Amino acid sequence: MEHYLSLLFKAVFVENLALAFFLGMCTFLAVSKRIETALGLGVAVIVVQTITVPVNSLIHQYLLQEGALAWAGLPELDLSFLGLITYIGVIAAMVQILEMSLDRYFPALYQALGIFLPLITVNCAILGGSLFMVERGYNLPESTVYGFGSGLGWALALVLLAGIREKLKYSDVPDGLQGLGITFITTGLMAMAFMSFSGIQL
Amino acid sequence: MEKTFGRLVLEPIVDNNPITLQILGICSALAVTTKLAPAITMSIALTAVIVSASVLISLIRHHMPSSIRIIIQMTIIASLVIIVDEVLKAFAYELSKQLSVFVGLIITNCIVLGRAEAFASKNPPWPTFLDALGHGIGYSVILISVAAIRELFGSGSLLGAQVLPLVKEGGWYEPNGLMLLAPGAFFIIGLMIWAIRTWKPAQVEKPEYRINIVHRTEGS
Repeated sequence: MEHYLSLLFKAVFVENLALAFFLGMCTFLAVSKRIETALGLGVAVIVVQTITVPVNSLIHQYLLQEGALAWAGLPELDLSFLGLITYIGVIAAMVQILEMSLDRYFPALYQALGIFLPLITVNCAILGGSLFMVERGYNLPESTVYGFGSGLGWALALVLLAGIREKLKYSDVPDGLQGLGITFITTGLMAMAFMSFSGIQL
Repeated sequence: MEKTFGRLVLEPIVDNNPITLQILGICSALAVTTKLAPAITMSIALTAVIVSASVLISLIRHHMPSSIRIIIQMTIIASLVIIVDEVLKAFAYELSKQLSVFVGLIITNCIVLGRAEAFASKNPPWPTFLDALGHGIGYSVILISVAAIRELFGSGSLLGAQVLPLVKEGGWYEPNGLMLLAPGAFFIIGLMIWAIRTWKPAQVEKPEYRINIVHRTEGS
């Protein structure tokens, strides 16, 4: 249990996907103007990440890894080079399924997420989460925790930045820094704050 | 085509730079720039992928049903990225370890998909080639200059060769550790955007909320 808690904490704060690994930056900077939209996208990312990372972990373990096809009588096959194309396919398919089932069973949530659901396919935080899972060799429960934690960390950073930007628009920013420039510097300051978590050991 | 071919290449480098103006492909721009060597590798890899993906997509643009075009584009890009990844693993293993997951993340790099969607699927191969090349170079210019600043001030070296002698080796330069950490990258890109927009004021964004300056001439 302690192992999973520490993994969760690490994924949310210490190795925050947005602020420590710069993943999903394009959407991070583009959708952080208002808190409500940021919240919607954040929730969508958490859901998709919690589903895709464990699914990709299963695919990696039982289909792609070297020797993974031993159960099918092909022990010497190594399909790990197909990893990238498989993961992005899984992500695209999952997003599509999620979109359809939300539309069918939770229309209110579907309306609220709107355009953000399809956009998640090309969010590098999602693919990055799966690739980190493979690189670090997480098993199924670990990857579920990691998927949830990294999604939560990303969503947290997004909502915090949106909060800052809502106030920031009333400040007197030099012309050249207006918009994108000042957002970068704000994100830098936030990343510095998140770095203070890095010394914590659970 | 009203644009000349030269402009197609030159425009994305400063006037319409994918990173500093279009906010595309920022993830990798920040993550691989602590040292110059991985940044150069990444630039070459991305330029290769974007040029070949755009030309391929432009060649088959008349045969693609528009309802499934995104998935076709993703498949083409993903296959090309796998090739680049395997080539890097075969010929530059150390560098591919340093780049870790970021070569794979070229798939979701918005510059590649963005150009495929916005330009390649509507234009013939030759202009597409030039446009993709321009965007690749525009990305590379930012990536390499950020990496040069970060490596020079963060560890006093360029491409691994010591340029500024460090204090702990008997020199005079005290390295700035912040440059090598995540926030350093954000600050450098932020300041770079400031510099570019001061040079080219046309890129300045309109503020959402204008602060009115009140001149009081009469006594209150």
